[in-house]
Amino acid sequence: MINTQIAIVGGGPAGLVAALTAAELGAKVVLIEQDSALGGQLVKQTHMFFGSEKQYAGKRGVDIGLMLVDKVMKDENIEVLLDATAMGYYPDGVLGVNQLEKFIKIKPEKLVVATGASEKTIAFPNNDLPGVYGAGAVQTLMNVSGVKPGNKVLMVGAGNIGLIVSYQLMQAGVEVVAIVEGSPNIGGYLVHASKVRRMGVPILTSHTIVEALGETEVTGAVIAKMDENWNIIEGSETTYEVDTICLAVGLSPLTELVSQSGAKITYIGELSGYIPIHNEELETTVDNVYVAGDIAGVEEASSAMVEGKLAGAKAALDLGIKQETAKRIINEAHEELAQLRNGPVGERIREGIRKLGEVR
Amino acid sequence: MRIENHPILKWDKGKKVRFFFEGKELEGYETETIAAALHANGIRVLRESEELHRPRGLYCAIGNCSSCLMVVDGVPNVRVCVVKLKEGMQVQKQLGKGELPK
Repeated sequence: MINTQIAIVGGGPAGLVAALTAAELGAKVVLIEQDSALGGQLVKQTHMFFGSEKQYAGKRGVDIGLMLVDKVMKDENIEVLLDATAMGYYPDGVLGVNQLEKFIKIKPEKLVVATGASEKTIAFPNNDLPGVYGAGAVQTLMNVSGVKPGNKVLMVGAGNIGLIVSYQLMQAGVEVVAIVEGSPNIGGYLVHASKVRRMGVPILTSHTIVEALGETEVTGAVIAKMDENWNIIEGSETTYEVDTICLAVGLSPLTELVSQSGAKITYIGELSGYIPIHNEELETTVDNVYVAGDIAGVEEASSAMVEGKLAGAKAALDLGIKQETAKRIINEAHEELAQLRNGPVGERIREGIRKLGEVR
Repeated sequence: MRIENHPILKWDKGKKVRFFFEGKELEGYETETIAAALHANGIRVLRESEELHRPRGLYCAIGNCSSCLMVVDGVPNVRVCVVKLKEGMQVQKQLGKGELPK
C-alpha cells in the first residue's frame, strides 16, 4: 500500500498542473498515467495556444507539455507512475492501479480525477471502414509518429479541432479536399478558419457526410447539403475520391473511473455529454474526490490547465496545507477561468455551467 | 507514408527494427507504436469485426476505442495504437475474439 496525500489520475494538461500546484504548496502527490509518457494530448498540439500569458498563450501545446513534464519529473513531492491504469476507487479510500500487470494499492487522502475525454463518432454507412479516423488519431499519427494517415482527406467538423487538424494535415503534406460542417456556422475560431481557407480548402457549412465508400478501406466519401431542419437536400450529393475521412465531431468525457467511485453523473450537452456533477471548486458528490479538465466538461487545454490549478489548490487547502496561499491560488484560477470563458466563444460553456448549477 | 519534411516538427525515431505482419518482413522504429509502423508501411486494415467480419482499422489512437485490436506474438486483443514496436515482433490481423495463448 502506498500512502499519499493526493493521488491524481491522468498526466495530461489538467493532471500535470494539478500535481505541480499541490506539490508546490507542499503536498505529497502520486501522479498516475496510463501511457508510457506524461503530457496527454499536449504532445500532438503543434499550434500556438490562445488565452493570456498565464496559460502560456503564444506557445505551442507540445512545448507547454514538455515544460510541464520536465517540472513534474524534477519535483521531489511528486511520484510518477507510468504505464499505470487506475482500475477503481473504493469506499475505503483505496485506489487500485494496474501497472504493467502488477496490481498496486494507493491510499490517498484526496483524489483528483483528470482522465480527459475520448473521441466521438457519428453515424453514416461504412463509418467503421479503415481510413475513417478520429481527428485526434490523425494528430497522433502525424505529430507524434511522423506518419501520414493517407494522402487525401475529407474533414468532418469545423470546430477548432477540425480546423486545426486540417491545417496540420497540410503541413504534413496531405491534401484536404474539404471541411464539412453540419451547422450553418463555423464552430471554431475565425483565425483558424481563415488559415485553412487561405490554403484553398473550402469549408462547407450546412453539409454532412452521407456515406463512406470502399470495400476494405476508404476510397471515397459522399457529402450532401442540408436544409435548416438538418434534412439532406436530395440531389445535392457530391462524391470525393479520398482515402481518409477524419471525424472532428467532438469529444466525450472519460467518466468510467469517477462513475465507478460512486460520483453522480448528469447529462449536459453544452459540456459534451455525461459529466460528474461537481461544484465550482471541482468537488464531486463523493467525499475527497475532485475532477479537473475535460472530464468536468470538454473545453480547451488552456481551461484544463487552469482547472488543474484549481483542483490541486483545493485538494491542498482541504488537507489544511498553506491555507492562505491555497486560497489565493483558487481565487486566481476562478478569475482566469472567467476570462477564458468570456465572450461569445464561451457562451456554450457558460450555459453548460449554469445548467450544472441547477442539478447540483 | 512517412512525413518527409515538416515546418515545425522533427522526429527522433531511434533504432530501426524488423517486424513481421502476417509473416511478411517489414521495417519500423522502436520509438513508435505498432499501429504507426503499420501505417508507415501502408497497412491500415488491422482486424476483422467479430460477427460480420468487416475490416477494421485505427480509430482513436489513444487506447480507448478497441478498434485496433491485433494478435501480437500470439497474444490477442493487443491495442496496437499504444503498444510500442519491438525487434522481431509477429503481428497478425485479429479474426474474431482471439484465443488466449496456451
